[in-house]
Amino acid sequence: MLNIIWLLLLTSGIIVAAFNGQIEVVSEAALDAAKSAVRVCFDLIGIMAMWLGIMKIAEKAGVIQGLASFLAPMLRRLFPSVPPRDPAMGAIILNLSANMLGLGNAATPFGMKAMQELQRLNNNRSEASAAMCTFMALNTSCITLIPATIIGIRLAYGSADPTEVVGACIFATSCAMVVAVSIDYMFRVHSRWGGKR
Amino acid sequence: MLQVILSTVSKWAIPFLLLIIPLYGFFKKVPVYEAFVEGAEEGFTTAIRIIPFLVGMLVAISVFRASGAMDALVSLIRPVMVALGAPPDVLPLAIMRPLSGSGALGLATELMKVYGPDSMIGRMASVMQGTTDTTFFVLTVYFGSVGIKRFKYAVVTGLSADITGLLASIYICNVLFK
Repeated sequence: MLNIIWLLLLTSGIIVAAFNGQIEVVSEAALDAAKSAVRVCFDLIGIMAMWLGIMKIAEKAGVIQGLASFLAPMLRRLFPSVPPRDPAMGAIILNLSANMLGLGNAATPFGMKAMQELQRLNNNRSEASAAMCTFMALNTSCITLIPATIIGIRLAYGSADPTEVVGACIFATSCAMVVAVSIDYMFRVHSRWGGKR
Repeated sequence: MLQVILSTVSKWAIPFLLLIIPLYGFFKKVPVYEAFVEGAEEGFTTAIRIIPFLVGMLVAISVFRASGAMDALVSLIRPVMVALGAPPDVLPLAIMRPLSGSGALGLATELMKVYGPDSMIGRMASVMQGTTDTTFFVLTVYFGSVGIKRFKYAVVTGLSADITGLLASIYICNVLFK
């Protein structure tokens, strides 16, 4: 699936550029993107280190397991393959909470921690497990209660009511979340892609 | 009122976490600084492990954008979107949103600057920006961090969520702000 999308993005880009007679933009765009990908990762190092450090304290103090067993009943149906008291559950909950609060830079490290924990439970090292797919479905469609960035931009450009879009965002993300969870469930239960994992 | 609550929560959330977790750890007799450093070490390796995945994805997306192929796609689906009640100017944002976070933010900011945040276009851009995530970035980074190469059906699920979020944004803006 991803192989095809990746190939399509790349080849359609090059073909369109050739048609428009501006093939030179391709090399520039490709090289710039390669450089900026590394820059993004370097920027991530500090943020990741900070949050994973805080998270390790939380883990040793039992906060993560506590969160997991407190909220696990809600998530158990979505993650039947993850033991309810597993640290993976705690990390998933932290990631989703950070997403809801619009704390993007905390959400990413928590999410990666969750992926590591899920990978520990995965029995195929290079293929996504069902639990990972469900987690990604929740993560990419997660309800945002506080879209902090967009409120900031609206404020900056002199909106009379910067937060008036919050209700609409919650409605639209809820729709997206319902669809993502249902589609994920269908794949997990009914498809050859889902398998037993 | 809502604005005060929201801005207070988002201002306090991070300081609160940074205060409460180490403090609680200390009471639970965790060697807090040692535990922090131990966890932080993982940050480095995880961030480095993402690089090849992110280079692959960003190169393809960037070529797609810069070549004009994205604009071609936009003009292809324009009639559909206009029929659904979306102003044509927000379309590039809708396509950009799942592909590139910084690209989408740039477009949303531009729309806000040109049309004003309280115009229909400004409001719809706000809702779209606040609704869906940069699915490709998230999948690449999260799966990449644990070395997963086959994403299975996660791409289909993520993109369906994006399309739903997009259609729901158009619908709710037409209902609320017209």
